[in-house]
Amino acid sequence: MKKHFFAPMAVAVIGLAATIVNAGELVINTDASDPAPKAAFQAVVDGFMKANPDVKVKINTFDHEGYKTSIRNFLSANPPDVVNWYAGNRMAPFVKAKLFEDVSDVWAKNGLNEKLKSSVSSMTIDGKQWGVPYTYYQWGIYYNKAVFAKNGVAVPKTWDELLAVSAKFKAAKIAPFAIGTKALWPTGGWFDYMNLRVNGYKFHMDLTNGKVPYTDKRVAEVFDKWDQLTKPGYFIADHASYDWQDALPALVKGEAAMYLIGNFAVEPLKKAGMTNDTLGFFQFPKINDVPMAEDAPTDTVHIPAKAKNKVDAKRFLAYMAQADVQTEMNKTLGQLPTNAGSQVGDDPFLQVGFKMLSNAAGLAQFYDRDAPAEMAKAGMEGFQRYMVKPEQRSEILKQLESVRQRAYK
Amino acid sequence: MNSPNSPKKSWWRKNQRQLAPWLFLAPVMLLFTLYVIAPIFQSIAISFYDWDGLGEATFVGLGNYVELWSDPDFWISLKNNLIWFFGFLLAVPAGLFMALFLNQKVFGIRLVKSLFFFPFVISQVVIGLIFTWFYNPSFGFVSDVLRFFGFAATGVLSDERFVTYGVVLAGVYPQIAYTMILYLTGLNNLRPDLIEAGRLEGAKGWNMLWHVILPQLRPATFIAVVVTIIGSLRSFDMISIMTSGGPYGQSRVLAYYMYEKALSEYGYRMGYGTAIATVLFLITLVYILFFIYRIYQQEKDSA
Repeated sequence: MKKHFFAPMAVAVIGLAATIVNAGELVINTDASDPAPKAAFQAVVDGFMKANPDVKVKINTFDHEGYKTSIRNFLSANPPDVVNWYAGNRMAPFVKAKLFEDVSDVWAKNGLNEKLKSSVSSMTIDGKQWGVPYTYYQWGIYYNKAVFAKNGVAVPKTWDELLAVSAKFKAAKIAPFAIGTKALWPTGGWFDYMNLRVNGYKFHMDLTNGKVPYTDKRVAEVFDKWDQLTKPGYFIADHASYDWQDALPALVKGEAAMYLIGNFAVEPLKKAGMTNDTLGFFQFPKINDVPMAEDAPTDTVHIPAKAKNKVDAKRFLAYMAQADVQTEMNKTLGQLPTNAGSQVGDDPFLQVGFKMLSNAAGLAQFYDRDAPAEMAKAGMEGFQRYMVKPEQRSEILKQLESVRQRAYK
Repeated sequence: MNSPNSPKKSWWRKNQRQLAPWLFLAPVMLLFTLYVIAPIFQSIAISFYDWDGLGEATFVGLGNYVELWSDPDFWISLKNNLIWFFGFLLAVPAGLFMALFLNQKVFGIRLVKSLFFFPFVISQVVIGLIFTWFYNPSFGFVSDVLRFFGFAATGVLSDERFVTYGVVLAGVYPQIAYTMILYLTGLNNLRPDLIEAGRLEGAKGWNMLWHVILPQLRPATFIAVVVTIIGSLRSFDMISIMTSGGPYGQSRVLAYYMYEKALSEYGYRMGYGTAIATVLFLITLVYILFFIYRIYQQEKDSA
């Protein structure tokens, strides 16, 4: 009876990814629709077909935003054999609804627990692995070298140095930090790093898993430190009006000095005229004496539980986990391979990122992937509100706490 | 030919006149039931469940509604719905004013009229984007003007005090053009004899407008009010284009909040979303019932 009235909804969307499946055919649904990811994915598929001539691969490409909705429909209505998705809590709803296949055997057979060591925790739920990671990228502070040189400041290594540098820029009428919070998620990067540096990886994971209240005094300490940036106005004005791209020109033109963002920002920054000589990168500085963990959102491939061709799908997952495949793929993507045996291109940002992530004390997936959807939305909205109105902090945290009590059941 | 003593009239022939309208109505009624009536009850049913759209739904009774009551975001959305409602109603007098202003017979007035009607013709998305740029704090026109007069520039769409009004303004802009056209058509059908009579009685200016013109425009006003209220209740696209409900949810209306809770990337709380939809439905129902009552009265009068 319960199922009854919901059924028509599912029926209405079956037509979305209609595919006819033959024996030996492997159907992949992917949101790799941008030029680079599309080329990278195609290259992997071509390589896989060459290595396995008995399998014919069919790729269905979805647009990036639409995919997030479509996947819910095609996983239950018309499942392909392989889908791509994200690690961490983002895959939890599909794992819990029994829509993803347990692929622990692929991990065991190919020794992936060693080769993909940095991703084991983010791919594991209930002691089993539910997919294979193939790429990630680092977060950190990108800065305008020319502005640093002109104001005679060095790259800050500690929190106090970061504050001193910020004060100097502010006095020179340069915004210390560019950010665009309209889409909310850039605020999650700030919270992640503040919390990872103040309280460390384990606490951050406990918090995003709902085990710690937002009214905890350790969370308060995060905001005490964050206050030291928001209260003096170290972020560009009206950041809630801008998307992350809208804030890039400020960094390019030298109106802002630094930008905490993911490595995907390098490409548009270089297109806007920055070079390896004017654009720099440094790791988010140390705050408290805790091991340095990083944000590294990971893209993954999974097998739907109702896939028709699981045998070939598992072969495909094993293929995507290979060091050489990931090396090639990430060269095209301009990102980092998750296989420790892979090589990184000679791009300085990728090299420094690879080193940083390989030595990280832990890898977080990003606030909106580590926390469940409802908490993530409320949390990032709260962080945005905090960054606009720091004085409302305690009220915001109280509201987040009431969301936490409801969202983790 | 039917002779009076023919054995018996078939049942069909006897009832043809009563049945025909129902048969003609049947396809529409069937579709309407299937696609409008049934989903309404389905939605109301889902609102008593906690359901993520994938797994099992659990019955929570009035739980969603209780949560709604203590949800500050819900009240903000409801308040914004009211701002939309009253803000949109301004389109009616504004459209009337424009219509009166443009109701002239001078050379080129047709071109001017069509230019004034233009905002209604172009897509809402275009208007939303243009207004977003217009409000942009770094290169927007609004901040340029503010700066020119020596005020500090502010991002209208990132300030919780102004954001809803900013979006309503963008939404009202095409709506004014629409009501203007309705009134222009109305003004074309004024009865010259009544105006003449009024003039002989010495009416002019406001008197003329209020006592002679406006009563004749009543049908146009009725339609203008109806489409405007419907427009304000449909206030979803502008918000989605301009602010996505932000900053921190301060520009959401109920329809947008429902979408966020039920269908957006961070949503999939179907029960909670449908609870919001049910509340919105009940609010809309008041207006619909009033509208149906009005139509019914009119039909009765003219019958």
